[in-house]
Amino acid sequence: MQKALVIDPGKCTGCKQCEMACSYEKDNEFNVAKSRIRVFEFHEDGKFVPYTCTQCAEAWCQQACPVNAITTDAASGVKLVHDNLCVGCKVCTIACPFGTVNYNSTTGKVIKCDLCFGEPACEAACPTDAITYQDIDQTGFDKMKMWAKQSADGAEPSGPNPPVAH
Amino acid sequence: MVNSMHYVILGAGPAGVTAAETIRAHDKTATLTLIGGEPEPPYSRMAIPYLLHGSINEHGTYLRQDDNHYNALNVNYKHGFAERLDPQNKQVHLKGGEAVSYDKLLLAVGASPISPPIPGADLPGVHNCWTLADAREILKLADKNAPVVLVGAGFIGSIVLEALYQRGCRLTVVEIAPRMVARMMDETAGGMLGDWCVAKGVDVVTDTRVEEISTTSGGADLAVRLSNRNLIPAKLVVMAAGVKPNTAFLDGSGVELGQGIKVNNFLETTAPDVYAAGDCCEGIDLSTGKPDMLAIQPVAVEHGRIAGKNMAGIKTPHEGSLNMNVLDTMGLISSSFGLWQGTPGGTTASLTDSSKFKYLKLNFEDDRLIGAQCVGMTDHVGMLRGLIQTGFRMGEWKDKLIESPELLREAYLAVAQGATISGPTGPRVSTPVVD
Repeated sequence: MQKALVIDPGKCTGCKQCEMACSYEKDNEFNVAKSRIRVFEFHEDGKFVPYTCTQCAEAWCQQACPVNAITTDAASGVKLVHDNLCVGCKVCTIACPFGTVNYNSTTGKVIKCDLCFGEPACEAACPTDAITYQDIDQTGFDKMKMWAKQSADGAEPSGPNPPVAH
Repeated sequence: MVNSMHYVILGAGPAGVTAAETIRAHDKTATLTLIGGEPEPPYSRMAIPYLLHGSINEHGTYLRQDDNHYNALNVNYKHGFAERLDPQNKQVHLKGGEAVSYDKLLLAVGASPISPPIPGADLPGVHNCWTLADAREILKLADKNAPVVLVGAGFIGSIVLEALYQRGCRLTVVEIAPRMVARMMDETAGGMLGDWCVAKGVDVVTDTRVEEISTTSGGADLAVRLSNRNLIPAKLVVMAAGVKPNTAFLDGSGVELGQGIKVNNFLETTAPDVYAAGDCCEGIDLSTGKPDMLAIQPVAVEHGRIAGKNMAGIKTPHEGSLNMNVLDTMGLISSSFGLWQGTPGGTTASLTDSSKFKYLKLNFEDDRLIGAQCVGMTDHVGMLRGLIQTGFRMGEWKDKLIESPELLREAYLAVAQGATISGPTGPRVSTPVVD
């Protein structure tokens, strides 16, 4: 059973424990700038939105990589960057339309969320359950498929994204 | 049932390899022949600069790292160079006399460097930086402190520049245009890159052409004479003056050519059962809806996948590819997307801090993002692609961005929230919903 991070921005208080936990897990330092998950703030609305890679089934980053340095872990579906193969060309960082592959200038490689191999540190650190780790069938996949159908039909270009932030 | 279909793919770059994999995914039993024009296993030209600065070996440039990949897919990979196409008899004639018959053919023959008509450009010590063979020659000469002249500061030239700088060469870059990367970024961005290079000790000479390359008396060294009359000594001259599609062998074949091979929405050429993909063909530019030469890796892969599907009988139109580039110039990272030049009726948002080498420019048409440029900003830049590719209406966020372009990431989340952006072959992703 594949699992996915499920993010509920309504529960996020903006404490950034997830960013701290991520950078500590991945880089052994508390440095939110290196976190694979980021909390974006909407000051006017007092909202916070944690945001990270969704592990696309057929990922743009993976397809764009010129040296096959991003592969899919068969069991988890996670897209993994192999540091020994990544040349740091950054094409994946512009190819990912979600902006969730980033360049780490310290290592000269790209970084992205790998779900901590099944034990996401961000989820463990979140005090309000804004980030949970669930079986993929329970993560609102039907809703996503619905959006996808609407997009594919081209019925309503702005359909999937009704205006929210006021 | 016996499957006698023979697919032949000419060219083993990203377009050809992706097409082979795509065809195999949809047709398990057909005969598949992949013909590469160079002796090595399929590799990525994009990785050559990293080979030059020593971060990978030749194997690290290979498109697929598993040495058994092509055997495992039952793809017959062979070395050969096409000399003539005969669509009437459905045959490709290779150098050396062999004729290969096909049922369906993909032309993924790529491009080659332009050789500007400069006297002395054929001297030893003057090299392109295009193939692994070129890279081996460059590695012999590009020692620490070696004087090197790089001809061309376009996108490819600038990537090569980075590699030569990393090797410790003493670099002079000669560019015919008024600025670096003139076809990727505007005056402000190109100017920043130029200033950055000069600050790093690289001599950047713009608005200047190379008149002649000659050997210095008594030595193996070269002298490069410029249109500004300067004479630059060099141990190595690297040519990066642009590329042209490899279409000469198609003359007289009936395959229609423009700037490159002409294709329809299904990447079919004008010859029956002959398709084209990658740097050699005129694919649709998503931004304009018109055919153009977008000779970049991600587009080659998109073309390869779509052509492969169509060849395998799964009708798949090509909606268009987005032009985009990313460049690391000695630590200063820049990128551009779509219509980075803007459009006459459009509006722009920009943020410029020359002292910190930071620049962000966003071009809108109506309330949609259609193009962007970044210098000195890397975090979440892919969102720019997401916004341009989907054409999301940005509504009030457009005005917020004109006021404060640095709100780009928040704007992306607000606009794309909950939306599914379909992946290259199918949607399976969602951004968080803000309630």
